[in-house]
Amino acid sequence: MSTSEIDRQWTTRLRKRTFGKLPPEKMLPDTQPSYVSSWIYVFGVATISSLVVVIATGCVLAIFGPAWWHTSNVGHFVNSMHLWSVEIFFFSMVIHLWGKYFMAAWRGGRALTWITGMVLFLCSIVTALTGYVSQSNFDSQWISTQAKDAINGSGGGAFFNLLNGGQMLMWHIVLMPLILVLLVGVHVVLVRIKGVVPPIEENAGAVQ
Amino acid sequence: MSSFLIGALINLNHPDHYFQWHIFDISAANAIVIILMLATFIGALLLPFPGRRRRKENQ
Repeated sequence: MSTSEIDRQWTTRLRKRTFGKLPPEKMLPDTQPSYVSSWIYVFGVATISSLVVVIATGCVLAIFGPAWWHTSNVGHFVNSMHLWSVEIFFFSMVIHLWGKYFMAAWRGGRALTWITGMVLFLCSIVTALTGYVSQSNFDSQWISTQAKDAINGSGGGAFFNLLNGGQMLMWHIVLMPLILVLLVGVHVVLVRIKGVVPPIEENAGAVQ
Repeated sequence: MSSFLIGALINLNHPDHYFQWHIFDISAANAIVIILMLATFIGALLLPFPGRRRRKENQ
């Protein structure tokens, strides 16, 4: 096979494009600029860490089911772990969001990083809502009957029915986690490609 | 036993407390979480990050 033929292959082109934009030393850097030494960045990492716990405990809940998480001691414990890791997830994410907002973190061609973060925040709310209505208890019944009016009022009720327990469960355990994990991956890769935003007083063009 | 002890520290077995002011209506639990987030955010801005000075000196 000639060199020009190899260069035309989609695998060659994809590899060159990927490693051109994101070489390994940029994907997993040894050092970061001094302004990254801040507690604000800890909350972005804490958000991802709590998401790992959310998914892990969610997998355990999926294995044993509602009768287990409502009645047994261990089930209560894992259910509580799932809830509290979600609380930490949102807590950390909001602090990360505030920090990034006041840093104007969309500067220097980072608009897509900001947008993926905002979409992640909105998708997390949908994931939490579908989780609350999938508990299979009186709480989930109350939340679904209250929230359906808002969804119906927005016109979304035609394809997103909060009273449809099966649909809510599938959104919660399949669709939304897939979207969230995919978006988190894109968000982190974008942070790696563009680098962490420098402080406002620094030259906005100076990146890493 | 442990759940009994933790439950004894904070009694959650009652309807939510609500703060109401004009059109604003928020449960005590949500208000506490928002206050904690604000306090943590201010702390994250003001508290020194471990090893920052050492890293700056090395650069």
